[in-house]
Amino acid sequence: MDAIILQILNGLDKGSAYALIALGLTLIFGTLGVVNFAHGALFMIGAFCAVTFSKFLTLSHTVIDENKTDFLGNPAKIEVPYIYDLFGQATGDAIIDWAVPLSLIVSIPVMVGIGFIMERGLIKHFYKRPHADQILVTFGLAIVLQEVIKYYYGANPIPTPAPDAFRGSFDFGAMMGFDPNTIIYPYWRLVYFAFAAVIIGAVFAFLQFTTFGMVVRAGMADRETVGLLGINIDKRFTIMFGIAAAVAGLAGVMYAPINSPNYHMGMDFLVLSFVVVVVGGMGSLPGAVLAGFLLGILESFASMAVVLELIPGINQVIIYLVAIIILLTRPRGLMGRKGVMEE
Amino acid sequence: MLGLNKKDFGLLIIVAILTMAAPFILNPFPEGSAMAQFNAGYPDLMQRLVIFGIFAIGFNILFGLTGYLSFGHAAFLGVGSYAAIWMMKLLTMNVIPAIVVSIVIAGLFALLVGWISLRRSGIYFSILTLAFAQMSYALAYSVLTPITGGETGLQPKYTDPRILDGALEAGQSPRANLFGLDMRASSELVMGNWVFTFNAGYYIAAIVMLIAFYMSIRIFRSPFGMMLRAVKSNQQRMNYTGLNSKPYTLAAFVISGMYAGLAGGLLVAMDTQVGAERMFWTASGEVVLMTILGGAGTLIGPVLGAGLIKYMENIVSKINKGVLEQWFAFMPDGIEDLLVTMIYPFVGKGWHLTLGIIFMLVVIFLPGGLVEGGQRIGRLFGRKKPSDSSPDGSKTPAE
Amino acid sequence: MSFSKLTRRGLMKTGAAASAGLTLPTYLRADGHSGFTNAPTGSTVTLGFNVPQSGPYADEGADELRAYELAVEHLNGGGDGGLMNTFSSKALQGNGILGKKVEYVTGDTQTKSDAARASAKSMIEKDGAVMITGGSSSGVAVAVQALCQEAGVIFMAGLTHSNDTTGKDKRANGFRHFFNSYMSGAALAPVLANAYGTDRKAYHLTADYNWGYTTEEAVRSSTEAMGWETVNAVKTPLTQTDFSAYIAPVLQSGADTLVLNHYGGNMVNSLTNAVQFGLRDKQVNGKDFQIVVPLYSRLMAKGAGANVKGIFGSTNWHWSLTDEGSKAFVKSFGTKYGFPPSQAAHTCYVQALLYADAVERAGSFNPCAVVEALEDFEFDGMGNGPTLYRGADHQCFKDVLVVKGKENPESEFDLLEIVEVTPVEQVTYDPDHPQMAGGSLGTCNPGA
Repeated sequence: MDAIILQILNGLDKGSAYALIALGLTLIFGTLGVVNFAHGALFMIGAFCAVTFSKFLTLSHTVIDENKTDFLGNPAKIEVPYIYDLFGQATGDAIIDWAVPLSLIVSIPVMVGIGFIMERGLIKHFYKRPHADQILVTFGLAIVLQEVIKYYYGANPIPTPAPDAFRGSFDFGAMMGFDPNTIIYPYWRLVYFAFAAVIIGAVFAFLQFTTFGMVVRAGMADRETVGLLGINIDKRFTIMFGIAAAVAGLAGVMYAPINSPNYHMGMDFLVLSFVVVVVGGMGSLPGAVLAGFLLGILESFASMAVVLELIPGINQVIIYLVAIIILLTRPRGLMGRKGVMEE
Repeated sequence: MLGLNKKDFGLLIIVAILTMAAPFILNPFPEGSAMAQFNAGYPDLMQRLVIFGIFAIGFNILFGLTGYLSFGHAAFLGVGSYAAIWMMKLLTMNVIPAIVVSIVIAGLFALLVGWISLRRSGIYFSILTLAFAQMSYALAYSVLTPITGGETGLQPKYTDPRILDGALEAGQSPRANLFGLDMRASSELVMGNWVFTFNAGYYIAAIVMLIAFYMSIRIFRSPFGMMLRAVKSNQQRMNYTGLNSKPYTLAAFVISGMYAGLAGGLLVAMDTQVGAERMFWTASGEVVLMTILGGAGTLIGPVLGAGLIKYMENIVSKINKGVLEQWFAFMPDGIEDLLVTMIYPFVGKGWHLTLGIIFMLVVIFLPGGLVEGGQRIGRLFGRKKPSDSSPDGSKTPAE
Repeated sequence: MSFSKLTRRGLMKTGAAASAGLTLPTYLRADGHSGFTNAPTGSTVTLGFNVPQSGPYADEGADELRAYELAVEHLNGGGDGGLMNTFSSKALQGNGILGKKVEYVTGDTQTKSDAARASAKSMIEKDGAVMITGGSSSGVAVAVQALCQEAGVIFMAGLTHSNDTTGKDKRANGFRHFFNSYMSGAALAPVLANAYGTDRKAYHLTADYNWGYTTEEAVRSSTEAMGWETVNAVKTPLTQTDFSAYIAPVLQSGADTLVLNHYGGNMVNSLTNAVQFGLRDKQVNGKDFQIVVPLYSRLMAKGAGANVKGIFGSTNWHWSLTDEGSKAFVKSFGTKYGFPPSQAAHTCYVQALLYADAVERAGSFNPCAVVEALEDFEFDGMGNGPTLYRGADHQCFKDVLVVKGKENPESEFDLLEIVEVTPVEQVTYDPDHPQMAGGSLGTCNPGA
């Protein structure tokens, strides 16, 4: 029982990452009809916003310490962050410690800006081109983006820890009457889950309850008619692209403490998030979220030792297997609309 | 001739001449000169150029004609490779059985995957094929290690049974051959400072490529090909007229899977090794990129795209800082440093960056791929407007 | 037209010399016998450095390349000579190899066996490389080693830790200086027993591919011999990035030690996740919960940040060693590049020097002569103490370092501290040990 509860927790946590990325992909796809292979790269850039911000906070000047030596036996150079000079060491350390949550503030404008530039500068010209061309150009863009990151940050993962207050894990077991230590879950992952829920909720509320959202939904359903009504749908779609980029970016920022970011983390997520989107059904936002959580939970169950003993290797293929079964039984995924991307 | 119209026959002849003369065309720079870095006329790369050409030609039969975008074609290449290496381990190092079996096995696997995946269309089809390929990769890398060698892959060893071949002398490594003709045998032609290498394996692969290319022209021009194009333009209308399109698309899928298997078998024949990475989704993506880059739906485009990508991978990735410094050594120090710093991020370990930029440039400015580029150049010189399969589109496979 | 193997560079050089700049009448030659592949005939010799330059191990590859460039500089008599001064064999003169200036070509393995072979083949076929070296994974090492055996050139493996490289997939033309899974297990087990006691319940997470299997087997068998019990061993996919689903059930199993048979990105992520779950703050069976990482890489450990603190593992070499060889290497590498070398850089540098030295001693670039010179070669002064290149499987036998994540690092490079130098006797095994079984070296192949 406790093992199952634990894996459900895990699945929700994994699922929230999948759902966030899939949500952004579907936003772009549903509104603009563009298959964006650079979406994983946006997620990666989000994580590197956190990295860059914490690097920025720790910008230092060097002080030569004659008492210590470096590995070559020369006098050691000690790096002193400027922030120490500004706020003193204690406050400085506290600010550096909170770099990841703080970088959320910075990353929103950055990601929206990147989204705008991408849409206006590149994607706009591809609305009427075949999907294959969209895939090629966004894939090219994804490679360029990740190579640029690699050029500046190297290929190795860069540790970006969560604030000290969120280290360690919460013991659900003790709370729910199981033995202590049986159901523990890290605080930061719980934060991530809550964060994802808030973002998903906000996007849905925005689309559901604002006039802007209503127009965008109408545009998703029938772009031409909305245009004929005299509404400038293009401008709204650009904004939606910016929002989608921000969702991907925020997902990346918050993910940085979970796994140290590296330049190819976007590609690692890309294929998976496409599977999620398609299983959810092309063009369906609730479908994307549902599929994200479903696949996350199934993946967690498949990685249990008991299951692996029964079916060796199932953890390697579960997501794809489920995708095949769902697509064969439900032709347009869980909640897909008819006629979208079927030709 | 050969059942082709004049234009297609002309194209075939040009491709034949280019492939046969590839050792000359790809080695335009004298050995030892600074530009020799760009020479591509060594056996391994020439083999790869034609083999991936076959792979892309096959992919194009499916994607270019029917519009079905398979994202899992590397699986067929991988399955073909594994079949071929097992033939070499168990039966004989002769490449004929290996290649034949690789085509058959890949065809059967494609039949299974196609039969299931073609129940859906559009992106749902793409994801189904992707799912099959990713499962093949993941299993081959892990739980199927006893059959596939997993991480370390499979190579023939002299301890393998190989029932048709006589026992090798101890320590001799088994070599792929065609009735005794070693795939790695080469002759060299030295003309002044130029060295041209003629490799047995390359010519065998090239001949197979020409046959594959010829067959693809025949398919393109046949009633069957017309039917496939009809699927692409409007499958629904086709269904309404009472035609069942499924057998046609499935046939195209299997044929293109067999092309991939052939490419996999040839890869093993030329370089007797298989690794599971061959089936990873990036490998499937690569053939999609090759085809679109060259020009999907055109005859020669996929071969050009395959050539460009493999050339970049093998040549540009080898340019390191030392080579750059050598190139610009004649310049004043400041300018030399500046040039090296400017170019260095794009070559050597930065070759991916260059590749990404090329993808973007081609797709932005040449929506029809490299073939369209060729056509534009053709038009520029004021000749008659060439069609998609015109000779102007057929530059050497690796420029 | 007759087909036969011949060497490309040799032919070119003779051709160039004969023609002396004049256009000769066209002639076709199918014979250029010099006895072996790519025999260097001019005043230079070309070595091929095949390292990962793209993909997850690109930084490790970059460090390997730095080491090779340094080695070439030293071989050609530049710099401070580095390890050539401390190397027990004095055959190297600093005038290149056998008087020929060392040149090199580089390539990108992409950490894929296909790409690595393509790159190695281009070095052999196009650039006339007489030796290939480098790499950062066992899959690549095994694939390229087999290629070099077929082509008749020497392969000096870079970073490859799987038993298979000198076990079931060993080849006569291939040599490995790096240590292997068996040695990690044998070196770690006593230290672990010392630190954590002999009554431990271990839970293994194992990367689901060959290297993972051999490492798990090695660590399991040597810790079980010490009295540990293995509660469970779960395989994780190579492409996994989030290990939470594998780590969450560890505590429930009643295990008190977690062994992470992961390398590179997998290791960074699984270790980060394990620490996130607070495993190290827990008490199980009245003991503190512990984590072990059998193969450490300092470059990669950096990605896990503070999470490595206090965690045991093994490594081939570390820059904080204080023997003369290590000091000399750190000094010349550090002076040139400004930071200390990684273990990957060290093993690659040493391999390059060992090859050059073997050629000098053999008096020939012929692979068979080199193999003979390297087999059962004993040397010292390369940073690992007295070392033997065993002839039976072409594996180096030397001391193994057991290290621990440092609690109070003084610099960004100061991540690991050496806990024990396990003497070579303790990690030596029979060439036909069950973990190594199933392979055979064959005989050396000189190619042409």
